[in-house]
Amino acid sequence: MTRYVLGRIGQAALVLWAAYTATFAILYLLPSDPVALQLGANNIEVDSLTPEQREAAAARLGLDRPVWEQYLVMLGNALRGDFGVSFAKQVPVSDLLAQRLPGTVTLSVVAVALALVLGVAIAFTATLVPRGAVASLLRRLPAVGVSVPNFWIALLLIQIFAFILGWLPSMGDQGWQSYVLPAITMAIPTSAVLAQVLIRSFDDTLDEPYIATARAKGLTRYDVQVRHAFRNAALPTLTILGLLVGSTVTGSIVVETVFSRNGIGRLAQESVLQQDIPVVQAIVVLAAAAFVVVNLIVDLLYPLLDPRIAHTPKVSRA
Amino acid sequence: MTDPIIQLRDLRVDYRRDGRTTHALRGIDLTVARGERVAIVGESGSGKSTAALALLGLLPHTGRITGGSARIAGIDLAGASERVARRIRGRVVGLVPQDPTVSLNPTQRIGHQVAEAVALRGVGGRGIPRAAIDAAVIEALQQAGIDDPVARARQYPHELSGGLRQRVLIAIALAGDPDVIVADEPTSALDVTVQRRILDHLDRLVRDRGIGLIIITHDLGVAADRADRVVVLQHGEIVEQGPALNVLAAPTHPYTRTLVAAAPGLSEPVSPRPAPEDAREIVRWSGVSKTFPLPRGAATSAVQAVADVDLVARAGHTLAIVGESGSGKTTLLRIALGLETPTTGTVVFDGVDIHRAPRREVAALRRRFQLVQQNPFASLDPRFSVARSIAEPLVSFGAGDRASRRARVAELLDLVGLPADAARRRPAELSGGQRQRVAIARALAVRPELVYLDEPVSALDVSVQSRCCGCLPICRRSSVSGTSSSRTTSRSSRRSRTTSRWCGQVASSSRASRNGC
Amino acid sequence: MTDVLEKPLTPAPSAPAPPTVGAPASAPRERARGPVATLLRRPGILVAVALVLFALVAAITPALLATHDPTATAPLERLLPPSPAHWFGTDELGRDLYSRVVHGSTLTIAATALAVGLALVSGLALGILSGFIGGGTDAVIMRIVDVLLAIPGLLLALAIVTALGFGTLPVAIAVGVGIIPGFARTTRAEVLRVKTLPYVEAARAGGASWTRILLTHVLPNSWGPVVVLAVLDFGAAILAVAALSFLGFGAAPPAAEWGTLISNGRNYLMTAPWVSLVPGLFVAAVVLSLNHLAKSIEEVQR
Repeated sequence: MTRYVLGRIGQAALVLWAAYTATFAILYLLPSDPVALQLGANNIEVDSLTPEQREAAAARLGLDRPVWEQYLVMLGNALRGDFGVSFAKQVPVSDLLAQRLPGTVTLSVVAVALALVLGVAIAFTATLVPRGAVASLLRRLPAVGVSVPNFWIALLLIQIFAFILGWLPSMGDQGWQSYVLPAITMAIPTSAVLAQVLIRSFDDTLDEPYIATARAKGLTRYDVQVRHAFRNAALPTLTILGLLVGSTVTGSIVVETVFSRNGIGRLAQESVLQQDIPVVQAIVVLAAAAFVVVNLIVDLLYPLLDPRIAHTPKVSRA
Repeated sequence: MTDPIIQLRDLRVDYRRDGRTTHALRGIDLTVARGERVAIVGESGSGKSTAALALLGLLPHTGRITGGSARIAGIDLAGASERVARRIRGRVVGLVPQDPTVSLNPTQRIGHQVAEAVALRGVGGRGIPRAAIDAAVIEALQQAGIDDPVARARQYPHELSGGLRQRVLIAIALAGDPDVIVADEPTSALDVTVQRRILDHLDRLVRDRGIGLIIITHDLGVAADRADRVVVLQHGEIVEQGPALNVLAAPTHPYTRTLVAAAPGLSEPVSPRPAPEDAREIVRWSGVSKTFPLPRGAATSAVQAVADVDLVARAGHTLAIVGESGSGKTTLLRIALGLETPTTGTVVFDGVDIHRAPRREVAALRRRFQLVQQNPFASLDPRFSVARSIAEPLVSFGAGDRASRRARVAELLDLVGLPADAARRRPAELSGGQRQRVAIARALAVRPELVYLDEPVSALDVSVQSRCCGCLPICRRSSVSGTSSSRTTSRSSRRSRTTSRWCGQVASSSRASRNGC
Repeated sequence: MTDVLEKPLTPAPSAPAPPTVGAPASAPRERARGPVATLLRRPGILVAVALVLFALVAAITPALLATHDPTATAPLERLLPPSPAHWFGTDELGRDLYSRVVHGSTLTIAATALAVGLALVSGLALGILSGFIGGGTDAVIMRIVDVLLAIPGLLLALAIVTALGFGTLPVAIAVGVGIIPGFARTTRAEVLRVKTLPYVEAARAGGASWTRILLTHVLPNSWGPVVVLAVLDFGAAILAVAALSFLGFGAAPPAAEWGTLISNGRNYLMTAPWVSLVPGLFVAAVVLSLNHLAKSIEEVQR
């Protein structure tokens, strides 16, 4: 068992390292002229430089060393928590992250919780009520949820609840009220995906023979769904928890921009606009880390939740 | 007749789906009294499953009772609400489902699942105290013949063998204290020996409690064995019913007669002719073993499918390999076909070791032996026309040109008894029996010397099987030998009967050993 | 991403089980209707197809569908609500919003088509290699796919846009790379499933070479779910492209991708909400139509 755990942790670390390397490759190898890009992001007018001045500027930034050396140095630093210095803001990236992270984390947690509740409620009800208008409507609802752009939802919610009704603020991060609209905006697409997967899982589970056995005992449909179907239908959807968390977090990029909140999301948007490479790199790696960690936790918890995997089967004579 | 628990009068059930209506039951009359054992016999599409579902009030949302009445313990289920129907489930009618490996909730302990059925007995105001439920669970498991019920109650379904799971399901069915038990296809999921013991036990329990038993089955033999009365269904109608012995010994309806004639084990087996020792050896398995490694985390590290088997098949004769599921017969065939490599041992086809010879030589050899698979529903590419499927081996081996292939396809279709226009059809338009005949035609296309048949008719209804087996003798006419594997002794001896022009040596293989006979 | 999860591989049953309690009797044999006819009978499909066609036509020949010149400013007509004269209303410079949306389709749809095309080709290739060859190749390719999946789609796109610069082409590439894993995995799952089917085995026993099996059996029977995914991802890609241009990384003004249009309207949200909301509604309608189309195709295939 410990071998399995260590193995999974090792695998997670490997994926994380690969994600870091991939990000490095994209940001430092992909551009046609990485040196000019970085000089420009550092507010150095590249075009007005003579070749010698360019070299000197590059050397100052450590850009003249071979790529793999730069990579190793950066990796070493990253492992120690040093993600370099922001080009645009000229402060250590880790400081920036520490400053902006709490707001996004709180918002994301609220959004994920909301998404879970909403998604499960829709899927459960859609598959419980007998075929008819209500069931049809609930089944089609998630499709709408994944089709609407999240920035549009944000603007719509602002228009209705902030401007017309005046109940909630349209921007800023003061007070609990400022969390409501952003959290709903982030929760809707995520809950829609969850509901779609869960509805399909419920449909499959409810077709299984053991459900017929349960119904033949005389249980109500509600009891069958809660006691037998739910757990078996929900277990497989745990595997997409990482994806759900990932998509919620990326939702924060748009949401924080629209609602003018201070967080990692808006930092990401600003940094891309300013081509602030170290910050973009750090944020991407951070998001990948979150994804990997969530998946790892799910992988390790899954055997505890599914008795088929936990117990070694002991087949006995009839 | 003592007061009937079940009274179906002119019951009609329709399924409505995508605008199409199917008449599953077209007015059946059935009465079952307490203590009676009735078998409902029919093939797929006869409506027997629908009848069972109707008895439980468990018709799917696409089905509905469109006429007649279905009185269970005095309550008419036709037009009844879900709440009314629920009252009879478990407490008046109990269900023993068909496949025990998938009929128990895999994530709940056995005891919990039985307790649920027990607790429902007390619904209607009178709750049963916790301790009483637990005691009742243990007793129910014990009555069902489960050893060490206390320990078993704490286990999960996958920790029990198929037979034990079947007993648990019986315990659950009886826990509700029903007046009638419906057993759905009780013999199709598990092996013969296990099933016999369980059915005997069920018989005894039913008799001790004086409750009724309804057996849904496609197997006339089981019906004859286990029921007092037999009801034969065809296309949603009852074509014959009466005491079991009468119906089987002297069937009046033509359909019943075909069922009886085709049923394995009900007619005289013909002893096969032994193969003369001087016939040329075609394929020989020598000391063949095959071990499959299991993925990490399974109970054991590997499972041994075949252990040290020696077999010979000779020209012009049939070798039937008989064994229960899991005895390794399919693996033997696959090894001989070169689809699997043996862990030890060799397979020699006409002097060539097919696993050690160079690939080119083996590829050329392939022309001389062909395969007919078990599952007619998946052995033909759904996108290929029948003609294309049959001609495929010809194309792969580069035999002949388009015209000669077309002619050969026509010839083969005629040989297996299919109409010429079947060539243009797709598998989806053919029945299971017809598809299997296409597979046989395909196997014969390159005029092989040997055909391997893997349970060639087990996936088909009984009445279709004999038609299909009827075309196997054509192999003999084209002087092809056959090696076939099948599941039960009666079926293979039946094949020896319907294709009595075949002779052969029957090898019965059980795990790791071979007995000649 | 609206990724439809691949179903876990279930082994083909060795024999179809006789109908059990829990399954209705089989329907009588009927001649199979053509798939297109069945597709067209589904509710709402005609509306969905019409919307998608509209968007495609708008992308190819916007002039055909636009009512005004999208760049013509008319200061006197700024911020007018939707009316028979201006179907979507006008923006802050008096430009007709409907025509701007129609002309914006060219950029957005082009970027989307490029992204999906890129992902389809790469994903198919990876999936076939992975599924067919198996072994080490499979392991390596799947690890690469895992890494791509570990980085959330939008962030991956942001990184690529940072590196390549802004504009329609970088956005297309950025979105495309993010969609590759879905295609690779779906193709691989299909190849694996078909590879183990009895008729492939029968072909092997019948002497067919692996190449023949790949071309005549595996590929034609595998592309079903891939088509569904392609339509589904087309919608998801539209959303991603629109999001990127909304955030400011799309084509520079006066070119107007859908996302940029919606973003411009933010400043006037309080007084003229239609500037953002109506184009957004149009985008949602197109994506919803694509989703409906994909789901219908999938149901017809089954």
